[in-house]
Amino acid sequence: MNYMPKLDRRSFLAGSATVGLSLGFHVPFMSSTSAQGAPEINAWVVIKPDETVVIRIARSEMGQGTLTGLAQMVAEELECDWSKVTTEYPTPGESVARKNPWGDFGTGGSRGIRTSQDYVRKGGAAARMMLIQAAANEWKVPASECTAANGVITHKASNRSTTYGKVAAAAALIEPPKEVPLKDPKDWKVIGKSVKRLDTVDKTVGKMMYGADVRLPGMLNAAIKACPVFGGKVKSFDATKVESMKGVKKVVPVGDNAVAVVADTWWHAKTALDALPIVWDAGENAKVSSESIAKWLKEGLDADQAFVGNKNGDAKAGLSGAAKKVVAEYSYPYQNHACMEPLNATALYTPDKCEVWCGTQHGQAAFAAALEASGLPASKVEVYKYMLGGGFGRRGRSDYVTQAVLIAKQMPGTPIKLLWSREEDMQQGTYHPITQCRLTAGLDDKGNLNTLHVRISGQSILTALRPEALVNGMDPATFQGLNASGEAAIGYSVPNLLIEHAMRNPHVPPGFWRGVNVNHNAIYLESFMDELAKETGVDPLEFRRRLMANHPKHLSVLNAVAERIGWGKPAPAGQFRGLAQFMGYGSYVAGAAEVSVDNNKVKVHRIVAATDPGYAVNPAQIERQICGSFVYGLSALFYGECTVKDGAIEQTNFDTYDSMRIAQMPKVECIVMPTGGFWGGVGEPTICVAPPAVLNAIFAATGKRYRSVPLKNHGLSLA
Amino acid sequence: MLRLTINGKSHDVDVEPDTPLLWAIRDSIGMTGTKYGCGIAQCGACTVHIDGAAVRSCGVTASDAVGKNVTTIEGLAANGVLTAVQKAWVDLDVPQCGYCQSGMIMAVSALLKENPKPTDADIDNAITNICRCGTFQQVRAAIHAAASA
Repeated sequence: MNYMPKLDRRSFLAGSATVGLSLGFHVPFMSSTSAQGAPEINAWVVIKPDETVVIRIARSEMGQGTLTGLAQMVAEELECDWSKVTTEYPTPGESVARKNPWGDFGTGGSRGIRTSQDYVRKGGAAARMMLIQAAANEWKVPASECTAANGVITHKASNRSTTYGKVAAAAALIEPPKEVPLKDPKDWKVIGKSVKRLDTVDKTVGKMMYGADVRLPGMLNAAIKACPVFGGKVKSFDATKVESMKGVKKVVPVGDNAVAVVADTWWHAKTALDALPIVWDAGENAKVSSESIAKWLKEGLDADQAFVGNKNGDAKAGLSGAAKKVVAEYSYPYQNHACMEPLNATALYTPDKCEVWCGTQHGQAAFAAALEASGLPASKVEVYKYMLGGGFGRRGRSDYVTQAVLIAKQMPGTPIKLLWSREEDMQQGTYHPITQCRLTAGLDDKGNLNTLHVRISGQSILTALRPEALVNGMDPATFQGLNASGEAAIGYSVPNLLIEHAMRNPHVPPGFWRGVNVNHNAIYLESFMDELAKETGVDPLEFRRRLMANHPKHLSVLNAVAERIGWGKPAPAGQFRGLAQFMGYGSYVAGAAEVSVDNNKVKVHRIVAATDPGYAVNPAQIERQICGSFVYGLSALFYGECTVKDGAIEQTNFDTYDSMRIAQMPKVECIVMPTGGFWGGVGEPTICVAPPAVLNAIFAATGKRYRSVPLKNHGLSLA
Repeated sequence: MLRLTINGKSHDVDVEPDTPLLWAIRDSIGMTGTKYGCGIAQCGACTVHIDGAAVRSCGVTASDAVGKNVTTIEGLAANGVLTAVQKAWVDLDVPQCGYCQSGMIMAVSALLKENPKPTDADIDNAITNICRCGTFQQVRAAIHAAASA
């Protein structure tokens, strides 16, 4: 068994390349396509003569609404006419050429809005100031006497007005302002409004272009198979067996671990690939199974060495002096992202240029991958971003981009669209990490929680993907939601607290996944809180409240869901309730569920969710993220499990890796309660409260405490 | 060579008879609104209408569709006018990533044709498409909105 994590060169390169390239390379400016020719006021804003406002968005849209939300941020300060707003992606190559004016393209960790809100608003404000200045210059009046609203600039004293479209060309030549004041949040008119998404119509008529839809003149299609055992290699393949099959153009090795068939159509490519004899050198990892991994993680629960993520008081002494001890062990499996659109990228390579068309959560990382795989300089590489058919963390990786370029390189001048089959997508994932957890509580003679010891054993994402982010070997992300303070802080005060991680990194590659570490941590802590409430005979809400006096924001969202669901009052006949609260990605979240259980069929009737993300840019989209995250989270709770046999993932498609359907969807009621003063995320924080709230409700209904995921392994299914 | 009628237009398609209809539509005809999600008729992203009925196009062959009228998402809005379903989808901002929505809209359109006022239970039985973004709550609301339009 190879327990050493493999350093991922590409993600490492991605981080360093953007900085390095932006400092060291100079290439001609390549203008963005749709706004070409129209005056660019600054990197964020282009205004066309017909008054269309093109707002550039560096982050990627994958359904989470960031495209619309970020446009709202720019438009708020720009004072443009919202009905005239369109968006476009700047390209990573353009970003390099222009020394990175758009900052980070990376779209993960629910960061899209919260970590760029300041500079995108300033981009809008600066553009407004330049447009006003241009009008003022034309009128020969002080800019301070002019105002702008809805794309119209007015000089009241002389009763003159003009439009952004008319002064845009002049504004583009004006020196950008150095001081760019921003509006007070109380004056926002576009931010905070539930404006409609900007990308909906194309998605309802089949016109939206995803990476898989790219079609280029002369393009061929590729299907790929990588060694099912992670870390294994291709030993040999017999291309002669398939070369004469219909449509097949070429059979090519891809790196040292994969083979691709290139054909006229993807169906021909896949059919030939299925018939291609490939001999794998699986290596030592072929000895690994789910059982061997579970055994190894279990040992971690008792291991002497573990990283300490959060500590106060003396947990050891607290436990030895406790009137009562409660111990429980939980576990959480590997899970695939299963984006609806299987991974894909299209590449065209010539010795002079490498171009890639793809959906990616990180344009700059995709660019770095293309750069490395092509071997060309940055000035000869470009990546064009398309809509993502789901991301959830998986498209933050660029392995599929590398593969597409490596194939295209073997057929210079021919565009190659590489599309993974669902089976490849399922088996070559970067999985939700696997963990086990032992929680030990010490209660005093009055039933107060005096001591809590949480020992997590299992996989670290950062070790695999961003080793530079480790702190003396410790993966801080592992403690998401359990930290003493910060953007993912625990909501309870316990006199003696010890939260540790015994790192165990099996060979299965882990990855960021919607919510990811909060998902299992919330199940562990919030289920255990209910266990303790039961042990002490205290109501679960009351038990939590006693520990939350110093955590008012956590408490407030918990109180909000408790009140809305009617906690303390009778539930509908046959239904039972459960609660959970947690914090991640800077936002406070809570959930309360009502379920009934009949013959192992669990009906989740209703979930009330509350979130305090600081500021709510588009409440309607936040509600959709909450509802959507519960579908992802409950699918994971009931069905999500990737098991390992002979070193490879056993699940291959949605028949063995199920996902919930509309019939199983609970009624979700959302309470969006921003309190201001901080910027929390939206796409991921809420996902983690649905599973423990439902688990606690199942316990209330059945008296059974389920401590391992997925629930299908306990015979339960969603009704 | 097979002759397929897609959205009222005839196409001569050079595919083997057992090629899944999905790939004849996407790769040979070049209409990409119909999506590949699983290839085993589980997810519904590739749903089209064959003679008005919702069918998962990855699970039928191109030859199965010969002599029949195939409608894809691109053929739904006649002359660019959105159908009641598409309009409800826009009004309620249903799609998130949108990748499954072509198939979802096709499945819903077929349901409403057969059952213009479906109950929640009817919807639960008829609509089994997977959406990983989790748009189900908005999908249900939009179905009811389209039904009462």
